[in-house]
Amino acid sequence: MKRLFLIEFEKLSANRSSRILIGAYLILLTSIALVAAIRFDIGPVKFHIAEQGIFNFPYIWHFNTFIGAWFKIFLAVVIVSMTANEYSNKTIKQNLIDGLSKREFLHSKWILILVFSGISTLFIFSVSLILGIIYSDYNEFSIIIKDLEFLFAYFIKLTAFFGFCLFLGTAIKRSAFALGFLGIWQALEGICYGMLKWKSPAWIDAETVFRFFPLNAMSNLIPEPFSRLSAVRTLANQIGENITGSNQVQWLDVCIVLVWCFIFYSLTYRLLKRRDL
Amino acid sequence: MSTILTVNELTKKFGQLTAVNRLSFSIKKGLVYGLLGPNGSGKSTTLGMILNVVNPTSGSFSWFGGTQSTHQALKHVGAIIERPNFYPYMTAAQNLRLVCRIKEVSLDKIDDTLKLVGLYERKNDKFKTYSLGMKQRLAIASALLNEPEILILDEPTNGLDPQGIAQVRDIIFKIAAQGTTILLASHLLDEVEKVCSDVLVLQEGKQLYFGPVSALTTDYGYFELCATDHALLIASLKEDSAIERVEENGTIILAYPNKSLKTADLSKTLSEKGIVLTHLAQKHKSLEEQFLTLTQNEKA
Repeated sequence: MKRLFLIEFEKLSANRSSRILIGAYLILLTSIALVAAIRFDIGPVKFHIAEQGIFNFPYIWHFNTFIGAWFKIFLAVVIVSMTANEYSNKTIKQNLIDGLSKREFLHSKWILILVFSGISTLFIFSVSLILGIIYSDYNEFSIIIKDLEFLFAYFIKLTAFFGFCLFLGTAIKRSAFALGFLGIWQALEGICYGMLKWKSPAWIDAETVFRFFPLNAMSNLIPEPFSRLSAVRTLANQIGENITGSNQVQWLDVCIVLVWCFIFYSLTYRLLKRRDL
Repeated sequence: MSTILTVNELTKKFGQLTAVNRLSFSIKKGLVYGLLGPNGSGKSTTLGMILNVVNPTSGSFSWFGGTQSTHQALKHVGAIIERPNFYPYMTAAQNLRLVCRIKEVSLDKIDDTLKLVGLYERKNDKFKTYSLGMKQRLAIASALLNEPEILILDEPTNGLDPQGIAQVRDIIFKIAAQGTTILLASHLLDEVEKVCSDVLVLQEGKQLYFGPVSALTTDYGYFELCATDHALLIASLKEDSAIERVEENGTIILAYPNKSLKTADLSKTLSEKGIVLTHLAQKHKSLEEQFLTLTQNEKA
């Protein structure tokens, strides 16, 4: 375990582009704090984002994990390019010849994924905690630890996404094409959903089927947080809309995504095992 | 002598093509083996299979008597396959450190091995800045990190300039002299002839010969002769019962004996007949010629 982590760490730490991307990623995660500084001062209208309640516990957990997840593409690029480069430099072949098993190779990559997700979660936790302590209207311990499942959902969401990226990097072996395919996949899910809604027979419920698509399932883990804001709810009420639906983490979604993690892991191993190098 | 590798009926098919066809051989400790064959004869595929990167279609192999899994066994094998594969953005020292972590050996040997292959001064330069010769030498260094039981080399001098070939060959000689078992795949026969004690000859994936080099090259050789009286020389040689066949190669005459014949005896016989020789040399067929004969016989 430690050996596999060290192997992956040697590969990663020597790579300048990866270091820069990881650095940029962490800076961007921190930059969520900068939202606090946004204030409009237009004559009589004074608007300070930090005072709209987005940094209130426990809402801040939801808001920050939702926003923070946007930046995961930076680490995805690192994972895809590190994996694809193993093929283009044929270093995977050398690794195996040197005595790494295919299973160990896959595990070293998955350890990297878990470390990436873990560090991101820790980072979001720290940034949110500090912001919350500064700006939140409620600072009782019981309220602070409420809704912490969003952090768990965030961890699972990142892990599954990186697992998907690792699978694509292994399957396609070219980082640019793998990332392109990721975009295409996202579009395909949308198209399939549209087709299902439009043409599917009555006994198929498009929403239910769509819920099982991998990227959609990952995005369902943390629903959008905006409709929870009182300002947004007030506005919606005024224009006659009533916002319904849950904004919490659904355990069914967690299960679906965990199953996808397992599928990506197994498919990647199958590819590694079957392919001649 | 303990057995390092046993290969049993190993076969690899790529679709219709049978790249390696029911190969069986074994490698004993302390010997230097050559794997011979023209391009595309299945040498690299064979090595790929025993090194865990190509999945065999059928057949089996076992390292060190089959007491450990292949990837565990490979930690005690040093292998250099075709082109050196390292992380281009890492320095020589970083690349070797990674290999040490994979092979689970201590990091202390890195400097020593780099000195052995003459890369110590450049150890902190990135791999991508190296010339092909230096890359190949780094590959050798990496293969030696774990004091391997066996060193596997696949065309180690391919694409190198004469100087690079000489350097790599020197290193191989040094290693062979230490008693390390070596399996050397090559189509350069003089390379194999110089270092190997045993050879495995492959053609189109089939095993043509497996055994000692000496048995392959055992013949009575031939003589090159020149004399002042050309016609008399040919006539006398044709009369000689010890000579099976006489060929003319320009001004030089080639005589093939049918039994072991010493140069001195031949010279004596001819001088007794009044022939004055201007040139006499005993020659042996090179491995290259043997190899061509062997592969041609197979085709015919």
